[in-house]
Amino acid sequence: MTDTGTEPRFESVGAVRDGLRDVQYLADEGIAGIVYLADRLQKPILVEGPAGTGKTQLAKSVAELTGARLIRLQCYEGLDESKALFEWNYKKQLLRIQAERGESGGPSWDEVETDIFSDDFLLTRPLLEAIRAEDPVVLLIDEVDRVEVETEALLLEILSDYQVSIPELGTVVAKQIPLVFLTSNNTRELSEALKRRCLYLHVDYPDMDREKEIVLTKVPGVSDALADQVARIVRSLRQLELKKSPSVSESLDWARTLLLLGVETVDAETASSTANILLKYQSDIAKALKEFSTDQNAAKVFAPGPK
Amino acid sequence: MTDTRSPMLELLSGFISELREAGLPVSLTENLDAMEAITHIPIEDRDAFKYALAATLVKNHAHWRAFETVFEVYFSLRGGHHAIGDDTDDLAQLLDDMEGEGDQGNEGEGMGRGGGGGDALTPEELAELLYQALMQGNDALLRAIARQAVRRFAGMEPGRPVGGTYYLYRTLRNLDLDAVLDKLMQQTRDKAEDQGNPLSPLEERLEEDEFRIRIESLKKEIEAEIRRRLVADRGVEAMARTLRKPLPEDIDFMHASREEMVGLRKALYPLTRRLAVRLARKRRHGRKGPLDFRSTVRHSLSYGGVPAEPKFRYPRPHKPEIFVVADISGSVAAFARFTLMLVYAISHQFSKVRAFVFIDGVDEVTSFFEGVEDVTEAVHRVNTEADVVWVDGHSDYGHAFEAFWEKYGKEIGPKTTVMILGDARNNYHASQSWVVKEMQHRARHVYWLNPEPRSYWDTGDSIVGEYATFCDGTFECRNLRQLEKFVDHLA
Ligand SMILES: Nc1ncnc2c1ncn2[C@@H]1O[C@H](COP(=O)(O)OP(=O)(O)O)[C@@H](O)[C@H]1O
Ligand SMILES: [Mg+2]
Repeated sequence: MTDTGTEPRFESVGAVRDGLRDVQYLADEGIAGIVYLADRLQKPILVEGPAGTGKTQLAKSVAELTGARLIRLQCYEGLDESKALFEWNYKKQLLRIQAERGESGGPSWDEVETDIFSDDFLLTRPLLEAIRAEDPVVLLIDEVDRVEVETEALLLEILSDYQVSIPELGTVVAKQIPLVFLTSNNTRELSEALKRRCLYLHVDYPDMDREKEIVLTKVPGVSDALADQVARIVRSLRQLELKKSPSVSESLDWARTLLLLGVETVDAETASSTANILLKYQSDIAKALKEFSTDQNAAKVFAPGPK
Repeated sequence: MTDTRSPMLELLSGFISELREAGLPVSLTENLDAMEAITHIPIEDRDAFKYALAATLVKNHAHWRAFETVFEVYFSLRGGHHAIGDDTDDLAQLLDDMEGEGDQGNEGEGMGRGGGGGDALTPEELAELLYQALMQGNDALLRAIARQAVRRFAGMEPGRPVGGTYYLYRTLRNLDLDAVLDKLMQQTRDKAEDQGNPLSPLEERLEEDEFRIRIESLKKEIEAEIRRRLVADRGVEAMARTLRKPLPEDIDFMHASREEMVGLRKALYPLTRRLAVRLARKRRHGRKGPLDFRSTVRHSLSYGGVPAEPKFRYPRPHKPEIFVVADISGSVAAFARFTLMLVYAISHQFSKVRAFVFIDGVDEVTSFFEGVEDVTEAVHRVNTEADVVWVDGHSDYGHAFEAFWEKYGKEIGPKTTVMILGDARNNYHASQSWVVKEMQHRARHVYWLNPEPRSYWDTGDSIVGEYATFCDGTFECRNLRQLEKFVDHLA
């Protein structure tokens, strides 16, 4: 790897955690620790975990905390080089080629070729942009599990060497090593090659105390008691086998709704009338209502498994 | 690296080779990354040490449990309050502290008084202390009680060739945590009632969940204590070997325990999503997609700048149609359970899935999986309602296939992928393999997944080889790893 002399950004793990808290991101030791290590080891972080657990937000918050510009590549099925790395401005190229045609004494085709494959004709996409940046940046490659395995190959060079090879131009090497986050909702197994290049961070649903803190931080005006109840109920829901467990964003939505409705303590009625905010499937709602009803036997069946 | 290796590096390299033994794919790069990572954290911070190793060595969450086990074994004896052997009585210490602070709302007898610490407690006193600790959620106290309980009840003796589960069982039996939970709940209910605020079912449930979580963490502490003692007695390597278990992806479907089955079920979803994506993809050389400008311009240079040879991108995916035809006979009963889970998972990923089950007769069960939220319910319906027995309920692939062809054969079309799941143990009946041949003619692909080890194929009454002639692929499919390989193969 080229030594670009990027200075460490963080003093200590504690500094990461506190800094994140200042920008309203509540990290546990593991999250803060791995961000710290990624900076020290100059390695990308692959953040994996269920949807809505703060993976994307982590990258954004780290950017905010370090005063870096966030460059985001949102992945989707069918994403290709021309949208991820760079693309040649074909219209401009065609015009240039047209302009030269038929003119005697004009430049040779060789010269035209060199010309139209130069910087002026290059459209920079997020990955290249991050590599070329002069200012501090955080690169977020979001939901990388959505691209096809073959497309992952586009990322490998950047992730290990912080550089991009453009056949027509040569290799562009990063002037500074950006912090890179890749997120995945784990809808498929990523390639070994990609994983090898990254530190791995599994972000799960937060424990109850952290979730309560998140609610308190992100929902202005919520009382401690209500935040506590929200966190408690959500934790219990997550222990059921549901099609989709409530995520942090859903806890937040729920807390906001309860606040708007002027609810001070959640009772069974409120819980069931607002359950659709926490749970997205009718069957999940039905299951939850059944579990939390008077049925003692139903409650007995339940046993929290190991995490 | 130098040749005089520090004890730490020695331990670490043993740790990493044990991870590899356990099946984790740790590469050389990752090994080096781990060694570098730990130079950046305070090594005496056990938690930091753990996540630094995890972040560099474990890149698959399904492997977390295996990692944790090995970590516990290798590093359980490190760090201050994990020391062992001196048998410091931290319970006594805690009790002293508690008395120092006044009686902490401890209604009554003042346990642990009179010196002697934890060992001097009567069983009743210990039980009461446990109860209080759970009621208050006092983690430090629970940890101390866990150690005391193991010392007292597990009956561990050096050199005894007994596994950890036995000691765990003995300890838990003495603590009778179910009864403790009942008592905790009763007390909580009574208290609420006394205050004129009886618990609603919701509140009751939340209280109970809280207690269960505390009890769960107590159990974890007990397990950890037992493991620490075993490691101290038997040594790190021997313990690691004893605790080795197959990774989730290597668990044999045919022999999975109930608990493992739950884990497998969860792992199936991402896999079937992938399967969906794979099957939806068209072969690369089929119809053409949108114009690829970059490529076109590039090629135009050889025509003097005239974009004479348009280049196209790959086409859009299409909607696949899947027929799953699954053997649910006794010889593959365990596999069938898995098969049905697979069918269920698949039918939630694809819009067009039809499911058929057979023994010696065949029946369509597609509707059993539609709109059903609980796979066990669907499986139950399949097992009780599907009409799959023709003569005697012994496998007859030939007859089942014939019946299938007669009833449903016409519905297989060029978009259909047929997946047959079974061991092809045909009880020496006629194979009727022409049906599979016909299927192959009509369908896009026919695949066979066999839950038996390849070495058993075509032995005894297995005739998978005969069917295989007419399949586009035959796959051994005994665990998730092999199922994944099948999915990858479809790429
Ligand atoms: N630890 C956290 N601290 C603060 N907010 C959080 C945290 N985790 C999740 N959130 C909030 O939850 C929501 C969902 O987070 P997001 O990053 O979009 O999830 P993901 O990318 O994992 O699907 C966001 O509003 C985010 O701010
Ligand atoms: Mg996201």
